[in-house]
Amino acid sequence: MAYQFSQESEKRFQRLIPQFPSKRSLILPCLFLLQADKGFVDTEGMQYIADRIGEPVSLAHVHGVATFYTMYNKKPVGKFHIQICANISCYLAGSDSITEHVCSKLGIEKGETTKDKKYTVDEVQCLGACGFGPVAQINDKYYENLTPESIEKILSELEKEG
Amino acid sequence: MGLKTLLTTHINATDSHTLKHYQSVGGYESLKKVLSEMTAEQIVNDVKNSGLRGRGGAGFPTGNKWGFIPKTDKPKYLICNGDEGEPGTFKDRMLIERFPHMLIEGMAIAAKAIDSHQGYIYIRGEFHKGIRIVETAVEEAYKAGLLGKNILGLGYDFDLAVYSGAGAYICGEESALINSLEGRRGHPRLKPPFPAVSGLYACPTVVNNVETFCNVPHIIRMTGEEYKKIGTEKSPGTRLFAVSGHVKKPGIYEVEMGTPMKELIFDICGGIKNDKSLKAVIPGGSSSPILTSEEAMTATMDYESIASLKSMLGSGAVIILSEEADLVETTYRLAEFYSHESCGQCTPCREGTHWVKDLLHKIKKGEGTEKDVELIFSLSRNMEGGTTICPLADACVMAVRPTMTKFKEEFSLRLKKEVSVSH
Repeated sequence: MAYQFSQESEKRFQRLIPQFPSKRSLILPCLFLLQADKGFVDTEGMQYIADRIGEPVSLAHVHGVATFYTMYNKKPVGKFHIQICANISCYLAGSDSITEHVCSKLGIEKGETTKDKKYTVDEVQCLGACGFGPVAQINDKYYENLTPESIEKILSELEKEG
Repeated sequence: MGLKTLLTTHINATDSHTLKHYQSVGGYESLKKVLSEMTAEQIVNDVKNSGLRGRGGAGFPTGNKWGFIPKTDKPKYLICNGDEGEPGTFKDRMLIERFPHMLIEGMAIAAKAIDSHQGYIYIRGEFHKGIRIVETAVEEAYKAGLLGKNILGLGYDFDLAVYSGAGAYICGEESALINSLEGRRGHPRLKPPFPAVSGLYACPTVVNNVETFCNVPHIIRMTGEEYKKIGTEKSPGTRLFAVSGHVKKPGIYEVEMGTPMKELIFDICGGIKNDKSLKAVIPGGSSSPILTSEEAMTATMDYESIASLKSMLGSGAVIILSEEADLVETTYRLAEFYSHESCGQCTPCREGTHWVKDLLHKIKKGEGTEKDVELIFSLSRNMEGGTTICPLADACVMAVRPTMTKFKEEFSLRLKKEVSVSH
């Protein structure tokens, strides 16, 4: 069956509509709804968004928007998306050792997903939590002041979770 | 001078984000005051008198910005820029999570000042927790009659919505943010026209930073005249400084403008980590030119003092670098950031930031030569001073060139010395 918003996403979509005088403004929130439903943004979903919003929004426009922003996954990611900040303040606080530790523990390189599709590790540019580095974002949650020991503990908790 | 709380007075209250707590400490009284006693002109004048300067980076006088909004029949939009993303900057996240009602009240006051009836809070997408907290606060405010139709029964309408960014540093630039809110790529726009004339949906628009809006209820409560007595004459008020890097107690500190940098680093933040010596300070976010330790010790935390050292107070992000810091590596990481975040519209930025990053990568690996250093300086000259639509390329230059100039030896030591080969 062709993709359409889940019930929850449809409800949120309806709540969004009156907030903007132009329906084009719905593109970014809609891409988040699509990602919440599917885990990533694909052509079928983007075509659906273009159709729901209607003229003058085309698939090409939605695609152009989706590829501009880093938070839209253009391919599937693991159940736990581990994003470690590598910029100046986190680097000064030792983020490289955290990335190395996580990658060696999971047996993957930066940018890769484990074979069981459980974990994806990415290095990112500044999470805006610079005083509490090193910082990682795992799905929706921030983990701050990381040490190799604390990230080890977090990984084993994630393992238990799922 | 020194620590002084205005915005963060109730930081230790665990429920500081709730309407109940905010109202228990006098929250929304300023909104009541402006809606019942003040005209739009009086509000703008009060903010002008306070001398409040934008806390996002540029430091433009807030009251003047509001005053530029033309009196037309077109809708006027108010936008809060919460797309905090400059490396080193992390103050707005705290305000969003701890004091969302202060932000909402500040925006509602600003709305009346510019005759706006629709506002948006644009928050960087990674701040999931902050977005949820602000959304809850907005709902609370609607239920309490502090937003929406006929606010507090005083005859003013103002709607407010939260909008999540999607991971693009450039959307912190106001015209790129506007494009993003319109459902487009976050490409900065050519100015003029400025947003005050043609912003969101081609209508007059004011964009202010989170911290700027949070100052507004306090200015109204104490009057602009009284607010101006805090801080220095040209940089009034307090400022949130986000301190990170090699310091014993990193964090967010609210201090009076004009506080000596020495006091901030050594007294308030406990001095340098591992008791090392101070090598350098990046005083206002990653794009502000680096200061040597000698320069830092003479500086005070206000716009003028930092500008006199040819740097910027910017976003109030202070990055401390001790003698242990590898400046070649940190400079490379900053260049990598700017090359990653270039939106790609302008050739000098799109090509220049990548090229500079690649050359720094070569240098940090010990494979660079004097020619590479010269090339970085040559590229820098083509990336700055109005060759691009927005200042991202300039920001990259400011993050790289002053460090390579002031700490030349550190870069020279990493170079592979060129050997001339005779045949």
